[in-house]
Amino acid sequence: MSDTEDVAVPVEDWPKTRVRTDIVYCGVCSMPVEYCEFSGTTATCKKWLRKEHPTEFARIWPEDDLEKKMDDVTLQDDEVPDKELTKEQKKAEAKAERERKKKAAQKVIIRRVERTKRKCVIEVSGLENFGVDLKKAAKLFATKFACGSSVTKNPQGLDEIVVQGDMQDAIYELILKTWKEVPEDQMELTEAKKK
Amino acid sequence: MFKKFTPKEDVSGKSKVKSSVQRGIRAAILEQYPSLNPYIEELMPKKEPLILVKCHDRINIVMVGERLLFFNHHDGPYYPLLDILHTYPDIMPTVQVDRGAIKFVLSGANIMCPGLTSAGARMDVDLPVDSPVAILAEGKEHALAVGKMVMSTSDIKRVNKGVGVDLMHFLNDGLWKTKSEV
Repeated sequence: MSDTEDVAVPVEDWPKTRVRTDIVYCGVCSMPVEYCEFSGTTATCKKWLRKEHPTEFARIWPEDDLEKKMDDVTLQDDEVPDKELTKEQKKAEAKAERERKKKAAQKVIIRRVERTKRKCVIEVSGLENFGVDLKKAAKLFATKFACGSSVTKNPQGLDEIVVQGDMQDAIYELILKTWKEVPEDQMELTEAKKK
Repeated sequence: MFKKFTPKEDVSGKSKVKSSVQRGIRAAILEQYPSLNPYIEELMPKKEPLILVKCHDRINIVMVGERLLFFNHHDGPYYPLLDILHTYPDIMPTVQVDRGAIKFVLSGANIMCPGLTSAGARMDVDLPVDSPVAILAEGKEHALAVGKMVMSTSDIKRVNKGVGVDLMHFLNDGLWKTKSEV
């Protein structure tokens, strides 16, 4: 399989490798800290590193370390000096802003769909946008309402929860109660009738 | 290869493999990375079941416990995940790209020959076509990607045009982000 490899590394004498266990991965961009400068969130990375691993920070950003020490005397800790607002950072901020807007536009839709004249199912879509585990949510609905509840793909290819029972308002309240991160004004109750 | 990779969509299944298969995989990895011999017991204990995560496009990822270790493509050679490579940096041959190339590599570009031949770059060992290679960067001590040679090192020096290394896995790609949560 790997004859090519054997040419470079003969199997007989096991070559030695160093073992590194001291690698610091950035808590912001997750890369080894020396690559933070390419992460696009450099300013936040720097702040994180300075707080968590001051020695590493001094090693990787030697100029900034001195600079910051002097700044610390005059500046508040959380304040970012204006000169650090580079183009890249602005870009990152704009990105964060866009994401926030996107998040505000996301909705949880609870839809009542009629199956026959007097039976219906409730489809809950959009919950995954708020970090809710759909499978767990479906299980919760099933146990709470004593009815069938499952995660299915809708025609758009997105996952949604289908609850077999007329529980629209109850689900609305349950979602508000169990997941505090779902804001009330981003929930929508609708009804769809089969033609 | 893992530029767009989300475990939810791209993993088609994961299964515990038979112990004979497990032995085979272990042997294959050791054959390829002989310097891992002293440490293999830490990485893949014999007792621990080995899980093969199957993904789209015939990518297999070797997982032990909750940790992803190696991946391969079309039953080809195994490539270590970058955090494995960071821990054991000398298990595979390396090339070094210049500083200018870093940001392109981190956004998933294949490595072009000039990035390997310029002043900041290094190719110390001769490598044939198709061999797995770790990619280091000028002024950095840790690898930023793993790839597969498209040309041999001598060809890269001679031609100095076009793609030199096919990028397989790089920092902050989909696989890196999903390291432990398949």
